[in-house]
Amino acid sequence: MAASSERSPPPFPESEEQELEPDLEDEDSDEGADIFTGGMLSDVVMDPPLPTSASEPAKDIFSDAPADSFNDPLNKTSAEPEKTESTGLSKAQVVSLVDKAADDEDLFSDPLGESEDVSAEVHKASQNDVVSKADLFGDDDEEDLFKEPLGAVTKKPQVPLFTEEPNDIFTEAKAGSKAPSDLFTEETFTAPSAAAAAKPSVNTGSKTNGLHSDEEDLFAEATVELSLDSPHNDKRKREAAKPSVPASTLSSSASTSKPQPKTLEELEEEENEDKFDLNISVTNPEKVGDGMNAYMAYKVSTQTTLSMFRSKQFVVRRRFSDFLGLYEKLSEKHAQNGYIVPPPPEKSILGMTKVKVGKEDPSSAEFVERRRAALERYLQRVVCHPSLLQDPDVREFLEKEELPRAVGTQALSGAGFLKMINKATDAVSKMTIKMNESDVWFEEKLQEVESEDQQLRKLHAMVDSLVIHRKELSMNTAMFAKSVAMLGSSEDNTALSRALSQLAEVEDRIEQLHQDQASNDFFIFAELLADYIRLLGAVRACFDQRMKAWQRWQDAQNMLQKKRETEAKLLWANKPDKLQQAKDEIVEWEAKVSQYERDFERVSATVRKEVIRYEKEKTRDFKKQIIRYLESLLQSQQQLIKYWEAFLPEAKAIA
Amino acid sequence: KGSNEESAPSVSANSIKITDITQDGETLTFAITSQKSSSSAGVCVFRTYEDFDWLQQSLLSQEDVPGLLGVIFPPLPGKPLPSTSFTQAKALKQFGFLALGDEWKIYCKALELYLQQVAAHTTLSKSKALSSFFSSTESPGKHRGKKGIFKRLSHVMEEMRKEGHKDVDKFFQSERDSCTHLSVLFKVSTEKFLDTVLTKQKLAVACGHFSTSLHLVCNHDNPAAVTFSKICLKLSDIIEAVKVNFEKVSDNDVSSMGLALDLESRYQEAKKEMLFRRTCKLVELEAANRNSERAKPNKKAIMEGVQKATQKEFNLISSVAKKEIEQYHRARVSVLRDFLVSWCEKQLSTAQETSALFSQHLEACRGFVV
Repeated sequence: MAASSERSPPPFPESEEQELEPDLEDEDSDEGADIFTGGMLSDVVMDPPLPTSASEPAKDIFSDAPADSFNDPLNKTSAEPEKTESTGLSKAQVVSLVDKAADDEDLFSDPLGESEDVSAEVHKASQNDVVSKADLFGDDDEEDLFKEPLGAVTKKPQVPLFTEEPNDIFTEAKAGSKAPSDLFTEETFTAPSAAAAAKPSVNTGSKTNGLHSDEEDLFAEATVELSLDSPHNDKRKREAAKPSVPASTLSSSASTSKPQPKTLEELEEEENEDKFDLNISVTNPEKVGDGMNAYMAYKVSTQTTLSMFRSKQFVVRRRFSDFLGLYEKLSEKHAQNGYIVPPPPEKSILGMTKVKVGKEDPSSAEFVERRRAALERYLQRVVCHPSLLQDPDVREFLEKEELPRAVGTQALSGAGFLKMINKATDAVSKMTIKMNESDVWFEEKLQEVESEDQQLRKLHAMVDSLVIHRKELSMNTAMFAKSVAMLGSSEDNTALSRALSQLAEVEDRIEQLHQDQASNDFFIFAELLADYIRLLGAVRACFDQRMKAWQRWQDAQNMLQKKRETEAKLLWANKPDKLQQAKDEIVEWEAKVSQYERDFERVSATVRKEVIRYEKEKTRDFKKQIIRYLESLLQSQQQLIKYWEAFLPEAKAIA
Repeated sequence: KGSNEESAPSVSANSIKITDITQDGETLTFAITSQKSSSSAGVCVFRTYEDFDWLQQSLLSQEDVPGLLGVIFPPLPGKPLPSTSFTQAKALKQFGFLALGDEWKIYCKALELYLQQVAAHTTLSKSKALSSFFSSTESPGKHRGKKGIFKRLSHVMEEMRKEGHKDVDKFFQSERDSCTHLSVLFKVSTEKFLDTVLTKQKLAVACGHFSTSLHLVCNHDNPAAVTFSKICLKLSDIIEAVKVNFEKVSDNDVSSMGLALDLESRYQEAKKEMLFRRTCKLVELEAANRNSERAKPNKKAIMEGVQKATQKEFNLISSVAKKEIEQYHRARVSVLRDFLVSWCEKQLSTAQETSALFSQHLEACRGFVV
């Protein structure tokens, strides 16, 4: 027990972070393993709700609090031999926690005064976690089981946590354990509950000094680790938890009611958005430099609780060619294995030249915004891909301060990019003729992809004309508003003049609505379709890769055939001296054939998986965008209703 | 004709309706029902545009009405040209809003308004031509021939210099100025509004195409893509709803605000013509004044006679015109008010309907399990 408090002072110096990182990961994955063997890690959880004296510096939470918690509930409730082992583990846990916390410089470099807020916030945060989790699981099947604790949430926030979660998260964890790497397992653990934690953290964080989101994440992590406990510790934990309940209730009673109204809707959204707890945004496009050497730089901010990243929140600046560079690297590595590598937006010489020339016209502003949004979606697609997310280049792109300048992205610009894709598809179609497809699925899928491509292009053209008409409408409405305003000012009849002026205002607002709707049409549909047209290129490319693998296999088979013929000839000619060499070659080629066959099977399997994944993502994406679009439509109708309702009495007042 | 002059009770303006329209080649025939204000029995007559034109000419050339030149004649819409040789673009250019709407619906509405305004006019409603227009079984437009004074006047109209002639009366000077100004503004507003309506119609068409194409995206062969197909179908429905909304909104626009703007700009034109007729008379009077001043003694008496007669006529026209203008101002405000209110109400109810529909769609969309 004493040892734990001695060892826990966190390694503050930043220089140690680097070295500690691997440990941290190892440790985490070890824990993952332990969980399934029934190890007990619960006690870290005790930290957040504990009534840590609010005036103490924040680090005390880690040095003192765990010790207390071990002393009190655990000693009383369990005297089994495994106790020591478990505390040892949880101690390690604490250390790892603190390691993570050390990354948040803010937390620890805070003046004393602010740490009061911090620890107060800690309670809130943990509280929020509990409650929001309660909501989350309220959705699940075990509704009846859950009804009671939900009702009790305000009074005993810990109860639902202990009764419900371990089971749920455990199943989640099991699912995760199937994944090949430890690293990945870790991700799946943190993802679901951390996602739930994300929302409350917004609420509470904005209330105070903005510092707290970091800490909340910290404790989100803590609660995750709690929830990884195997269910058979349940009882003990519940007992252990009880002593801390009143205290935490006291300190957090103010905030308990707040997170409760988290609606199902929000959770639904969370489910859709944060499968991986990784939020990436591309913001602040900024022109760097002058003249034709100018380029646009973007702020790429990442928010995550994934342990593969060094911190929870980081920001880098990247220029457009860096995004292209990332794509090149990824596609070089992953495309050949049959992965669909999301393509970035094309270079646009025309659009960029306008920006470079520096004209502040709306079209270049629209260009910049359009590209920013496209880059954001591109990055989000990349990190959504479980395999691509693991790529060190992705991590580097998101985290590293300075990237080596991406070169040779010229090939990706505009026409060149399209040419590349077209070439690839040509090659595919040529090969299809030669390849008598054994698997009908691929043949059909490829055809589907082709026709989908055409359909999407058609739809894109239609949306484009829709957008053009919308813009025209907004322009016409503006002109009408203007002329009505002039009518209003020239009208002699006072009431009529007033009504006309009001009408001019209404029309002005309607013009704004049309304009907004035009950009919604554009940014929701046109861009969605453009994205998918590009993605379909990538889908075709992955079929192409499969074809290549097949080709290689076939070539190897032919070669093997030739070698065998040679052997037969040698046998016939009775040339034993060369026979051995021929036999060796046959063995060699047999190995190659089976290797290439395996490769082909592997690529085929990947392609199949990727295409199914693509279709799923597509459906999800479309649903999301359609809902977004409908919401925008609905909102604009409701605005219209407001405008007309306000105008009606004006019209009636004309005498 | 002369016999029923006294007995003919005026037609009740509100009862006048154009109930039907038939097209026979190049000719449009309108079925017009009306009631005499004294009886409840309805009368239905069939009239072509020539009959309307005859009515307008007859009204313009009434000889027994003093101060007729001071009357603001309700404007008759131009001659409809239903043939296919007449392109949509040309029709729009000539008729504006009246060319819109299915089967000349809006045009009929404009004709109906014209008849109602004539029938409601204090002077014009008494005309024999009007009562025969509403009751005669034969087509009155067939025997026309009277070339009214206004044919001659239309020549004078071309002399635009008289437009700028300075008025002796401050009231009329300001009316003339504001009328010229307003009529331009109304014309511009009508054009601009027409543009918005046309764009809305284009949008409706574009939405229709989009919606149809979305139907084609559905993949029926692949059971795995069922959800995606459903989503596309839903989107197709949504776009269809957007399309219907555009159609409704543009219908509302045409049938209330568009018609009002069109009517008002034609009325401003009619008022301008009346003021111009008066200005011509003024020019005539001033010439007579000069003539009588400069006249040699032997002709002085005649000239003074002419001068006095012109003066009298001018005064009469001016007084009628003054009343007409006041009357028109009252009427137009109430007409514009009614149209504005009905427009607003229609738009409101359309927006509410559409919004309810979108809400339903939204709920359905959220329900999709992906």
